[in-house]
Amino acid sequence: MSWTLRILYALLTLFIVMNVGLLLNGVTRKIYARVNRRVGIRFYQPYIDLVKNYSLTNLVTHGVMFYLGPIFRLTSGVGLILFIPLIYGSQGFSNFSFSGDAVLILYFLFFGTLGMALGSGESGQPHSAIGVARGLAQVTAAEIPLVLSFLSVFIQYQSLSITEIVGAQQSGILQWTFFTNPLAGVTALLAFLGSMMRSPFDVVLAPQEIPIGPPTEYHGAFLGVLQTNRAIFPVAKTILYVNLFFGGAASWPALIPKAFLLYMWSVVVGTVFPRYRVDQSIRWFLKVPLALGLLSIVCIHFC
Amino acid sequence: MRSNDDFLSKKIVPGVEGDEIEVDPIRDYYCDAVPQVSREYKRAYPSIIDRFKNWARSESIWILAYGSGCGAIEMRPLMTPKYDAYQYGIQWRPTPRQANLLMVSGYLSLKTLRIVIRAYEQMPSPKYVMGLGSCTINGGMYYDSYNTINRLDYYLPVDVYVAGCMPRPESLLDGLELLKKLIREGKGHGADIYAEKFEWYKANQKKILKSWNMPDYSW
Amino acid sequence: MQQILDALKQSVMIEDVRKQRDDLVFITVSEAQAVSAITHLRDRANFTHLVILTAVDWLEEGLFQLTYLLNNPAEKKDIGVRVMIDREKAQMESIHHLWPAAATYQRELREMFGISFPGSPRLNETFILDEGWDGPPPYRRDFDTLKYSEETYFPRPGRSTNDPAEYMKSMLYPEVDND
Repeated sequence: MSWTLRILYALLTLFIVMNVGLLLNGVTRKIYARVNRRVGIRFYQPYIDLVKNYSLTNLVTHGVMFYLGPIFRLTSGVGLILFIPLIYGSQGFSNFSFSGDAVLILYFLFFGTLGMALGSGESGQPHSAIGVARGLAQVTAAEIPLVLSFLSVFIQYQSLSITEIVGAQQSGILQWTFFTNPLAGVTALLAFLGSMMRSPFDVVLAPQEIPIGPPTEYHGAFLGVLQTNRAIFPVAKTILYVNLFFGGAASWPALIPKAFLLYMWSVVVGTVFPRYRVDQSIRWFLKVPLALGLLSIVCIHFC
Repeated sequence: MRSNDDFLSKKIVPGVEGDEIEVDPIRDYYCDAVPQVSREYKRAYPSIIDRFKNWARSESIWILAYGSGCGAIEMRPLMTPKYDAYQYGIQWRPTPRQANLLMVSGYLSLKTLRIVIRAYEQMPSPKYVMGLGSCTINGGMYYDSYNTINRLDYYLPVDVYVAGCMPRPESLLDGLELLKKLIREGKGHGADIYAEKFEWYKANQKKILKSWNMPDYSW
Repeated sequence: MQQILDALKQSVMIEDVRKQRDDLVFITVSEAQAVSAITHLRDRANFTHLVILTAVDWLEEGLFQLTYLLNNPAEKKDIGVRVMIDREKAQMESIHHLWPAAATYQRELREMFGISFPGSPRLNETFILDEGWDGPPPYRRDFDTLKYSEETYFPRPGRSTNDPAEYMKSMLYPEVDND
């Protein structure tokens, strides 16, 4: 397959993922509103917000790192989606996945948060600094069970290639990692909640909190970049989970319902449960999910 | 009273680890560039792209959630199931950097006026101002107070006034619809008017805020 | 309450007693004896809490009336000590040595009424008019707030004022002759 075609396929992937992400954002907020017995925003409101934010003039910058913060954040989302095989067996939608891509993806999962921390730290706004401190603490706590469950999967399949892991799950529903290694699956699902920026773990970004956490100073196009990433990143992560735990997808009709249901898992939890404080969420992650993650590693090694 | 020179002069602040940090407030805290009139304002007719942008701006109004007076109470019902302004593309943001609409909800004493001016200048343009209640129109029941302003439009460019004491949420929604119409027609040029008549506005602000301890333009 | 007043009368000359309720009495003492009366009430009669220190401007009589409202938390009693001071001189002994919080009230009175309390800490610092006030103390009754507002805050022309009672009558019952 020629490089031109691969790049075209990558751009097509990005386009699809971004639109799906924006629509899902709108639908999610609509669901939240309906649970509150409100009418809620129009489902296409995220598009309008995005256009409006990109069309604001009069931007203020606070330095080089302030520019790079949103760009790092977007890089993590785009990088994640570019190195995940979307459709198993499709050469085009495998994008740039290669034999060791799982390590790179673990890196990308954390990369955006770090970039954002540096960028919003430069803005000099105290609320950003507090938000960064809280956000990093919470993301780190959620990351430990996540990495443990991923490691468990890697040990199980003796492979660091996501394509190989997906390929090993193709022979039937019972061959999905979620059923062959249920401990890792449950751990990953719990850690999934922590990295989706939704209630109960969204205290860092909640508008009601000290004002809005890290992006307090971000406005206009900067905020537009962050919003774009907020559309891409959760969908990319959902597809990664589908690949690792739910047998991947050999076609679009198989991918869409799996990804949608997994996405809705975080939406349902977010709608039902109230927000945790940072210390509460850290404690929560370091209890059940961490224990399950360790157990899954032990089990996969000795069983 | 903090004098102007004290507050804005360079000083050395002790850091956390015992080191010394030199702070130059004008360079570090403020941006003292004078606001500029936008290109869209100078054009005789709005281009098609301008119209599209204006439509997006009108359908996505982010309000700075800052209440200066009793009108802040009337804004809360707009978020509740009964009125639910979210369905009209109106949302609340907690920081001026991300807001487009400054709702001045009621009387402004001198202290709040200073904060409102600072918040307004920090908002990215195009930005709009909405004055609620008779207090912002002609002083309302505080017309003879010694520290409450009478007319908001002498200090900030007001796009829409909503009359009442206080206006009910329905009239707020009506005012927001009017604002949306103005923006769609390309008349939401508050920030440009502010930049154009900048010296007049600053003179009015400084006339009553006598201990002015900020640079003139403080975004 | 009567016992407290009787005990107070032995050392202080009380000019006027006005009983508002069983547990609330206002007494008037002279300017010279005010602080000793307040000290007596605090130390002997357990009025340990200074509720408020406020002033009234009697423009026509040329007096300021200072009211020290004291509270006895144990017996749930209040006593108000009124002191009439000269409006021209506008000076009173400070009581910040009895209650440190009194310094704040005195700062406020200094700013709003122009009453001086020599020796009170941070007395001449700005309290709330820190936007650069250069007029006379705004709570004095000879300060015309309407005139000041009209000169300073750009009044919008066309404002009219109606007497609410008469105006509502003529609006609601226009057929009745209101003369």
